[in-house]
Order: sequence, then structure tokens, then C-alpha cells
Amino acid sequence: MPRTLYDKIIDAHTVCPLDDSGQLLLYVDRTILNEYTSPQAFTGLREAGRPVWNPAAALMVVDHVNPTASHRTLEVADKEAAAQIAYFRDNARDFGIELFDILDPRQGIEHVVAPEQGLVMPGMVVAAGDSHTTAYGALGALGFGIGTSDIEHYLATQTLVYRRLKTLRVVVGGALAPGVTPKDLVMEVIRRIGADGATGYAVEFAGPAIDAMSVEGRMTVCTMIVEAGARGAVIAADEKVLAYIHGRPRAPKGMLWEQAAQAWLALKSDADALFDREVQLAAEDVAPMVTWGTSPDQAAVITATVPAPEGEADPGRRAALTRALDYMGLAPGVALDGIAISHAFIGSCTNARIEDLRDAARILRGRRVAAGVRAIIVPGSTQVRAQAEREGLDRVFTDAGFEWRQSGCSMCLAMNDDVLQPGDRCASSTNRNFEGRQGKGARTHLMSPAMVAAAAIAGHLADVRTFNPQEEVA
Amino acid sequence: MQPFIRVAGPAAPLPQPNVDTDVIMPKQFLKGVDRTGLDRGVFHDLRFAADGRPRPDFILNRPSWRGVRFLVVGPNFGCGSSREHAVWGLAQLGIRALIGTSFAGIFNDNCQRNGILTVTLPADVIADLMAQVSRPDANGLIVDLPGQTITVEADGRTIPFAVEALRRDALIQGLDGVSATLARHAEAIRAFEASHRQANPWFY
Repeated sequence: MPRTLYDKIIDAHTVCPLDDSGQLLLYVDRTILNEYTSPQAFTGLREAGRPVWNPAAALMVVDHVNPTASHRTLEVADKEAAAQIAYFRDNARDFGIELFDILDPRQGIEHVVAPEQGLVMPGMVVAAGDSHTTAYGALGALGFGIGTSDIEHYLATQTLVYRRLKTLRVVVGGALAPGVTPKDLVMEVIRRIGADGATGYAVEFAGPAIDAMSVEGRMTVCTMIVEAGARGAVIAADEKVLAYIHGRPRAPKGMLWEQAAQAWLALKSDADALFDREVQLAAEDVAPMVTWGTSPDQAAVITATVPAPEGEADPGRRAALTRALDYMGLAPGVALDGIAISHAFIGSCTNARIEDLRDAARILRGRRVAAGVRAIIVPGSTQVRAQAEREGLDRVFTDAGFEWRQSGCSMCLAMNDDVLQPGDRCASSTNRNFEGRQGKGARTHLMSPAMVAAAAIAGHLADVRTFNPQEEVA
Repeated sequence: MQPFIRVAGPAAPLPQPNVDTDVIMPKQFLKGVDRTGLDRGVFHDLRFAADGRPRPDFILNRPSWRGVRFLVVGPNFGCGSSREHAVWGLAQLGIRALIGTSFAGIFNDNCQRNGILTVTLPADVIADLMAQVSRPDANGLIVDLPGQTITVEADGRTIPFAVEALRRDALIQGLDGVSATLARHAEAIRAFEASHRQANPWFY
């Protein structure tokens, strides 16, 4: 029987079925642990006196609570954050798991770091205590987020009790227009299918626009599709994925590389595999997107206006829309292009890789952030930061008036000291515009890094297509 | 884990769609290394004003919903972040079951692992229940997991539901998942791992 890529990966990781309704014991190849969702899992192991099944299959990275001030110290002023990091270090040492600590040159946001190190390979299952673990679909792996109880289950058993998902294929034809990015594409998909449009599904992205996309662009798409409820995303590995992985520190080498590469290229959905659902869209129809509400599906093209609640037929959604506009301080009919901002933030696992920074730099080169806007760039990893500095991007950012920071999750979820105040309005390259996400009472507009750059210069949400991109002058 | 068999008590309506885990458990409650003290954090910014006093209009602060045991919720409840703190907090607040049309995947698993039952029912049934539990004088439900029924205390009508046997048994017995897996499957995992390593040597 023809099978989807998702089903092939699940079949290859099934230890045993647990019932006849699709529940199974799933073998998980790797996890990446962070300091805020893992402590209680380790406490559980300590209390039960259990070891970690395979410490070599885990990596620990400090990313959520560390400050991102440009001068880095091992010590963290915030006492609660310091206690989480201290316990994280204890757990790394006592359970024998590798740790990328704050001053490690490989430190960064877990979903940026793991691919960077070559730890994620096609055909793997990676489960981790962070919802954006879906990122790894870009490498032909199945990644998904789990809670702390399941982290403990994984650490103790190398497995999870797992329910097989339905499959949804998103086929993107054509090519993205200039100024339109993978972020805009995934935001358009989420807008169309809704914040629960992929709940219960694993999503496979396919089609010419996905084939043409860089691996980093695919990571943006796979990371953010969790905002439509997807519990996993996959894209079949191709030569680009091989080129991305080849030579990375943990990638296979020599003969093993040749064998692996052959196996990886063969791993894809059968041509006649059936998906439970299919969504088709044309890349040409995608334009730069921004969110106007408090759910990632409350989004529109930058040239549109804030919608009116009366236009929403469903009473629940209408009430949610009214509440969202109230929280966001926006009136129906207001043009999105022109909404004044106080902050601009480029960062997060979704959009802080080197290509994202290059995109932003093309808009910022030779321009200045508008008066009254505080603009911040937090690179996705310390390696991304170093690469950007080698390319001189840091000077482009600082010349434009952006703060150039150290790596971490930072203002994407504002667990560290990068927190907005009530009423602040932020153009943000992150993935969630929930109420209070970037700070209590703060207002978030999601968009691509280039769109954040455009908004920072204009002082308001703006259409990046009206900005002439500036390439570096040699 | 506390077993779930038959639980009775008030239910509160939370009809909004896409209630995310940032709203259920805001970030300032995520900075502990244990599970304690999270009851205060549940829906914190909805329950409490800036000065820390309860907002009298929020449903869980109204006298008729004191000691609430169930929430009847809007679609896609628990979306967003994987933070299990949201579920620990709900459990510490005394919530034993959530009843709605759909739940976000990670959140749903987290509920299961902490003895909170999630019941999925069609939209019209949920709309009816939502109206029922919005009545301060008639918001009591009895949820019977072995019998897979919800009984409306006010008029005795019952609503059947279905939960897969595996999930149901784990909740009824209050099973510790790690112990169960190791006791039943440790050998199978070792055997699987050996063949998986042979098929994918580059993963190791």
C-alpha cells in the first residue's frame, strides 16, 4: 500500500502498537532540552532513581531565560532564571548530557542550534519540550513538541506513547514574488485554514514553491505551522537538505555519509499515497502579511484594512474578533499600512537565521530607524551572530539604529528581561501574537524580518515592496 | 496521579475559541524548578486586576462557580506553547475535566499525563452544555468515566461520550506512564533499538 512520508517515519519508529485505534509506542531518536520545561522531568527521574536511557541522544541548551544584552556573563541577575539555569547545569552533569551553556559559542535557540550542529537528519523522530520542534520537518525529520511529563517518559524510556495523526498535504504551486518570504507563505496558510486548521494532523509541504525554497526558509514554514495546530511537519529531503547537513559537526562522514545520503533521498511519500486532506495554493497569490489580532490566523495582506466584527458569521469567532481588536487598540477599517509602532523585534526560532538577517539588512542598509521606535535584533544562535558579524551585517543594523544582541528566545515569549510594557506595539518576526505574549498588555504584529525592518524605518507597519532593497556595495 | 472515576461539581463556561497556554499560564509563573504554586497563575491576567485583587466579573471568581471542577470550553483550547505548567495549574485549581469540541495536541497529552480528562463532543452538544453551565443555579455536572457519561445535575439528563480504552484505563487507574512503559516494554524497546541502529547507523 502506498504510504506518506509521515507514515513511513512513524512505521520505522514503532516499537509496538498499544491498541487497535492508532496508539503506539514510538521510538524517538533525539531530544533537545531547555531550562524551563525540563526541570520537573529531571526531578521525576531523581525521585524514582532512574537513569536517562541514552544521554548521548539528548542535548541541553540554555535559550529561554538568558539575557541577550550584548555583553555576556555566565551569571544571570534574575534569581529565578539563575536557579533554573543552575539546576539545568546540575542535571547535565548528573545525567551525563551535553550542555551548551550561556558562554558556549554553539549556544542559541534550540531549533536553530540542533540543525546547525547536524544533529537533525532526514528520517529521524525528534520530540522536545517546545512546541516549535516542528522546525525539523524542513530536514526531512519528524519533529514535534511535548510536555514535561513526556520529556520524563522520553528520558527514561527513549519512547513516547503516541497516537498516529491524520495527514494533511499543503501543495504550493508557482513561485513567491519578490519581497514575499516563506514567513508570508506560512502566515497565509494559517490564515486560510485557521488556528485549529491542522489540529490532529501532521502536515507535509510539497510543490514547486517548496522545492525552490532554501532549507532555512523551509524551517520558517515548518516551525510556524504549529500555529495552525499541526503536531508535526515534514518536507521530503532533497539535494539542498544534503548540502545543508554535509560537513556539520555531527553529520555522518565518509562511507557512512554516502549510505545515509542515498537512504535520505529515497525517503519520501509514494507518488500515489493518499492524504486525509489536501490544501492547494499558488505562491503568486501570496503577498506580505501582518497579523492584526491576537491569534496567528488573524492576519491579512499589508495592503488590507482591519476587518469589522460584523463581517464574521460565526458568533464565537465574532466575539473573539471584537475582543482582539479591543486588546490591540485597533478600529475596523483602519489601513494596516500606517499603524504606528513603538518597537521592532527581529528574532525567534522562526526568523532569526542568517538568511533572515540578510533579508533585513537589505532593507536597513543606508537607512535609519524612525524616531521613537526601539529596534532590536536577537540572532537565532551565537553562530548566526558570528556569521552576521563576518558579513558586516552587525554594522548595517547598528548604523540603522538597531540594538545588536546575543542569542536567545528573548522577546518572542519575554521570559527573560526583554519584555514590552502595556500599550507598546511591536512589529515582530516571531510566531505568536497572543495576549500578553511579549509583555502584559503589549501588542504584537507578526510579519517577516524584512517587513519588520520596513516598519522600523517607516515608524509604522509598511509594505516592504515599496522599499528598494540595497545589496552590499563591494 | 489521582485516579478519575466519578467526579461531581460545578462547571464553568469559557466559550472563547483558541484559548492559548500563554493565557492559561502567563510567563511569570514559568520560572520555577518544581510544580508548586501554579493555581494562582491559572488565567492570572483574567482573574486578577493589576493590584492583585480578583476581578469580580470573571466567571471563576463568581460565587456560583467556586470550587469549579469542570470547564466547558471553546474550540482549540490549549493551543500554543507546550508549557505543562498550564495543566499543572488547572489541576491545582481543582479542575478534573475539560469538555469541548477540540483540544490542541500537546495540551491534550499533558492533560492525560496529569489525570485531567478531556472530553470531545459535537458543537451542538457543547453549545447546549455551555448554556446549561452558564446558569448560576444549575451548573453542576457529574462526569462518570467508566460509564462514559456526563449527567446534568439540574435535570438528570445524561450525555454519552467516548474515550479510547487505553486513555480511559490510564485515567481510571491513575497510572504512572513511565513505570508502565518500563514494566511492559523495556525488552521490546531494547530489541527495537538494536535493529534501528543497524538500519540507521548514522543516527548514533
